[in-house]
Amino acid sequence: MTTDSIKWFWYASPQTFFPLAGTIARVCAVLAAILTVAGLYVGFFVAPTDAQQGEVYRVIFIHVPAAWMSMFIYVVMAVWAAVGLAFNTRLSFLIARALAPTGALFTFIALWTGSLWGRPTWGTYWVWDARLTSELILLFLYFGFIALQAAIDERRRADRAGAVLAIVGVVNVPIIYYSVKWWNTLHQGASVSFSKAPSMAATMLTGMLLMALAFWMYSIAVAMIRVRCEIAENQGQTTFSEAQPPA
Amino acid sequence: MIALARALVGRDLLLAWRRKSDVATALLFFIIVASLFPLGIGAEPNLLRAIAPGVIWVAALLSSMLSLARLFAADHADGTLEQMLLGAAPLGVVAAAKAAAHWLVAGLPLVLIAPLIALQYDVAADLYGVLALSLLLGTPVLSSIGAIGAALTLGLRGGGILLSLLVLPLYVPVLILGAGAVEMAAAGLSPQGQLLLLAAMLIVAAAFAPWATAAALRISLE
Repeated sequence: MTTDSIKWFWYASPQTFFPLAGTIARVCAVLAAILTVAGLYVGFFVAPTDAQQGEVYRVIFIHVPAAWMSMFIYVVMAVWAAVGLAFNTRLSFLIARALAPTGALFTFIALWTGSLWGRPTWGTYWVWDARLTSELILLFLYFGFIALQAAIDERRRADRAGAVLAIVGVVNVPIIYYSVKWWNTLHQGASVSFSKAPSMAATMLTGMLLMALAFWMYSIAVAMIRVRCEIAENQGQTTFSEAQPPA
Repeated sequence: MIALARALVGRDLLLAWRRKSDVATALLFFIIVASLFPLGIGAEPNLLRAIAPGVIWVAALLSSMLSLARLFAADHADGTLEQMLLGAAPLGVVAAAKAAAHWLVAGLPLVLIAPLIALQYDVAADLYGVLALSLLLGTPVLSSIGAIGAALTLGLRGGGILLSLLVLPLYVPVLILGAGAVEMAAAGLSPQGQLLLLAAMLIVAAAFAPWATAAALRISLE
């Protein structure tokens, strides 16, 4: 039991995590490439054409996994931030910081592909639907997190302030989602209903799940590469400051 | 602890009283923003009546947010905040008292002046009560959530703009429920649901936001 806990904390140090992050990044990048090819193949060539929407529906193979990742990454980010605040581990803050741009990217992709799909299907690029609106607000939350960290020069304060913001944000996400949903039903704006789940061909589901796994692997790989950059950058700064002659 | 909170609120109110122009500026901002909409959209009474709750609420949001930047700034500049941090009093109580004082200075005047704006927008007189009540319940939530943002951005360059980016997305539920309550009443339905949810948000925010603010203050002053 004691050896287990030692192993856990062994990798909590940025220096020992650095090579492990490299290995994880390489493995996940390869897996992401394979899964993307497989997922896109299933999505574009194997899955049947939708009876009602035609070929347009194929955007879901990117749109839905991106939307899942956008929400999931925010939660993961907040969890790492909370771990960092609770245990004061530098690495947790580094992971939270590394995840934010990827999460924002997926949020943007989900919004973008959604509007591309909406134009031929609903006849408009944007409706104030509950999901679209809360996804947009999620994007603002990501931007807030990134902007706060970018505005603070001192790393320790930036990490911890960002962590508080991420935790406050994650508490608010469900409240925002439900209030927007309620607002939407009150306004009777778009007469589009997502809620009835269409029965989906098994190949469509396979394609979507493959793409979701591919996005997972991509997110992990990119986050690990970013963590490595951050560690290397900090390392560089320390040696540089140590090399300074005493004033 | 109650005495401490009361002393802090009293001190902030006295400071605000000595610098009345700050309070007046936020209030004038609220009135001016609300007056700009008819100029931009057109003074068609039906249209104005329809957008009135939303406009008043958005103006309240912006006005409350603008005065947030000053919440801790003066105390931070003259070192008072550090003394509060070092003092024996729980920092959460200090944060709650500061947020309460902010509401009394920047939120309560909005509640009182809102019927005047509603008059300009030709809102039916029986909606004034709901409007005032929704603002009365909602603006303290704005102050307590905003205090977290103010504490996080304390002493940063471009703090004001950054603060709006952090805080405005978190204000969305309050805006939806607050404006929604008035719209429900305008449609002849009971606004009770929205008002109760606003009250619930107020309770949750009052209970948890001061501790988040205290954590943020500790981080910012480290």
